[in-house]
Amino acid sequence: MMETINKRIFKDRLFTIIVVVLAFTACLPLLGILTFVIKNGLSAINVEFFIRLPKPVGEHGGGISNAIIGTFIVVLIAFIIATPVSLLTGVYLSENRKSVFSEVLRVSIDVLASIPSIVIGIIAYLWIVKPMKSFSALSGGCALAMIMLPVIIKSTEETLNMLPLTLREASFALGVPYYRTILKVIIPAGLSGIITGILIAIARIAGETAPLLFTAFGNPFMNFNITKPVNTLPLVVFNYSTSPYEQWHTIAWAAALVLLIIVFTFTLIARIISKKWKTSF
Amino acid sequence: MKNEEKKQNHNQEICHLNPDSEIFFRIRAFFRTQHSPADFVFRTILLFSGIMLFLLILSIFCSLIINSMPSIKAFGLKFFTGTVWDPVFEQFGALPFVAGTLLTSFIAIIITIPFSIAISIYLGEFSKSGAYSGLLKNSIDLLAGVPSVVYGFFGIFVIVPAVRYIQIRFNIAPYGVGILTASIVLSVMIIPFAASLGREIIEMIPSEIKQAAYALGSTRYEVVRHVIFPYAKSGLIAGILLALGRAIGETMAVTMVIGNSNMMPKTIFAPANTMASIIANEFTEAVSNLHLSSLIEIGVVLFIVTTIISIAGKIIIRKFAVHIS
Amino acid sequence: MENELLIVQNFYAGFGRCNILKDINFTVYQNKITAIMGPSGCGKTTMIRCINRMHEFSPGATYSGKILLHGEDIYSMNPILVRRKIGMVFQRPNPFPTMSIYDNVISGFILNGIKLQKQEKDKIVINSLKKVGLWEEVKDSLHRRGTFLSGGQQQRLCIARALAMNPDVILLDEPTSSLDPKSTLMIEKLLEELKQTTTIIIVTHNTAQAARISDYVAFLYLGELIEYGATKKIFTAPEHKKTEEYLTGKFS
Repeated sequence: MMETINKRIFKDRLFTIIVVVLAFTACLPLLGILTFVIKNGLSAINVEFFIRLPKPVGEHGGGISNAIIGTFIVVLIAFIIATPVSLLTGVYLSENRKSVFSEVLRVSIDVLASIPSIVIGIIAYLWIVKPMKSFSALSGGCALAMIMLPVIIKSTEETLNMLPLTLREASFALGVPYYRTILKVIIPAGLSGIITGILIAIARIAGETAPLLFTAFGNPFMNFNITKPVNTLPLVVFNYSTSPYEQWHTIAWAAALVLLIIVFTFTLIARIISKKWKTSF
Repeated sequence: MKNEEKKQNHNQEICHLNPDSEIFFRIRAFFRTQHSPADFVFRTILLFSGIMLFLLILSIFCSLIINSMPSIKAFGLKFFTGTVWDPVFEQFGALPFVAGTLLTSFIAIIITIPFSIAISIYLGEFSKSGAYSGLLKNSIDLLAGVPSVVYGFFGIFVIVPAVRYIQIRFNIAPYGVGILTASIVLSVMIIPFAASLGREIIEMIPSEIKQAAYALGSTRYEVVRHVIFPYAKSGLIAGILLALGRAIGETMAVTMVIGNSNMMPKTIFAPANTMASIIANEFTEAVSNLHLSSLIEIGVVLFIVTTIISIAGKIIIRKFAVHIS
Repeated sequence: MENELLIVQNFYAGFGRCNILKDINFTVYQNKITAIMGPSGCGKTTMIRCINRMHEFSPGATYSGKILLHGEDIYSMNPILVRRKIGMVFQRPNPFPTMSIYDNVISGFILNGIKLQKQEKDKIVINSLKKVGLWEEVKDSLHRRGTFLSGGQQQRLCIARALAMNPDVILLDEPTSSLDPKSTLMIEKLLEELKQTTTIIIVTHNTAQAARISDYVAFLYLGELIEYGATKKIFTAPEHKKTEEYLTGKFS
């Protein structure tokens, strides 16, 4: 009897150890990535890195100002296109929870969310690059917008679904029309959740590379024209890291560091907002 | 008096007793709630944006199909059995890439399962709060946020040399890049995703059931093995399925470490291409129409496969959630 | 003295093909408290929600018959105007979580886009809060969120919000069911005072409460109005057997 109990306890201990070891081993890559990116990237980061353009192979120095601006442009385009449509759709879904069309729409949005980002890139290529006969920041922004859509719609719908029904009743009972109730009561009450969703979507698309390969394409020069190709940070990381030049690798590490900082900052702000700025009922 | 009775009957008939009139009432109810033109406009805008989104997804699908028509017509089903991919002679068979995708994602999933389940158990059952679980949770969240191009970069400079070292030790051609390398990078990427799904599933299990098992004197291992696993099985499988969908569609990290070879892979150490990476590598270089449409056809297959997997996974999870509650 | 304010005539209501209210007729008098009581599921809430046309927000809602306010059928009026004339307070206190106490009181104006001068706003806020006895308690924290208040205070804030619109009638749907006895007592006292200036219709499943505060009582059972009349008469000499059974606790 004693033996079996000891055996059981032993098994339990062993199991615990295995679980803990496996769980924490899975975090090692994070440590690895952070060490490598910071160690290799930090040395290349200086003021010049942020304000200069890239230089050809062999020449020292140079920066990625065009890629930083480009990332900003592409993300801004995506944000402008995706946010209004997805907010309205999110509101529609939470307002018409049980209609047949809502169910169809929900499945379609799941489909959109599951499309690999490279395929989204193909679509943006077919719809925008091909007719305009040029790679462009606009097409890249549209591709990213399509990736943003399902993220914002889901978070908006879920946030609004959690609001108590009594809230809208309070507004209706004061004789407030439907559209004012939605815009002035429901959306403000869910605002922190909605903003969190948008920030998370931005963090997600800021690091996207695949859909930009044949839309934004990359550009060694500074470009503010949205109908022309533009460089972005992920593209810099991709192109420079797969090049054979050591000096470019350093720039790629530094670009990766900047990219990670941008992505983590957005995630962090999103978290702070969802925690601190929560509407209590 | 009679008049009043009649009126009453009339009222009843209009509103309640006529079984065929339900649709009529729904329509009337709809118009009744349109109190002002502004409300009507607002509701129409909401509906319109929903319809737009639906049309967007429909046209994505149609557009892909239409643009892959030349390749579908030229090769038919042979597209998936052909092993030669030669843009010069316009011979396109996608089997090497299908094989590449299947191999990389399945190996990645096999590596992922123990880690992600360990994390789910740790966070969902062992310690729900506290310094260590907070650390683990935050690390997982951060890992989930790392862009895939950074994973690829990390892969090139850390995992490729590591694999090359192993290959030299075992006397295999030391490419470094290849299917195994891609699988390892992929697994690192999808562990956070699978783990957070798994944690949600395990946390959904009602605590009374677990407490009942503990109260009978079970050890934690026994509770996990005999209560949590059987209970959460379908949910965990769905989580792994969704992670598989991710792995299949993942492009950048794989493209950077898989070696870009259009040959049929012979071993798991061989360089290869996945369906996603061949698109990334050749799309901008595709000159001929047929080449482009062949790449788009691969995109269609990716689309369909990931869609089926993710919808199946979602359905299983939804059923699981209903079953639990 | 007793003016007829609201007349319910041959009123039917329900959801889809299912009837909840059947042929309801009664009259509400001005500056009186009318209580609607009955066992749960008898249609009390549906009845009160029909009076300010909130019922039609429920999916599949149907209704017929007339409810006359000052002799005019509310179902031929714009529902938005109806709701501004007939205020409502709900079972659970529901102040707007994104607004301050001050804004909550005048939320009826803010949300409807009615612009007010600062002095007008202040006047309305002070008056409404004084009426519900909340002024002394919150006058120093008018710009804090309404959700920081206790349940009873929140419910009084909701009453103030309804009063601010200066309605002809205030509907209260079991306003004390989620409150502690002390807050309940406070609200009951408040209602007694409020009836000097407004007309109140209150739904309650608590017969003792109906007896304490109301002037008229309507007893609903399975969607039918069994008995309606002065509270004193109903509680001392009910005409109907069902009413008597209900009041003596034979069923609930």
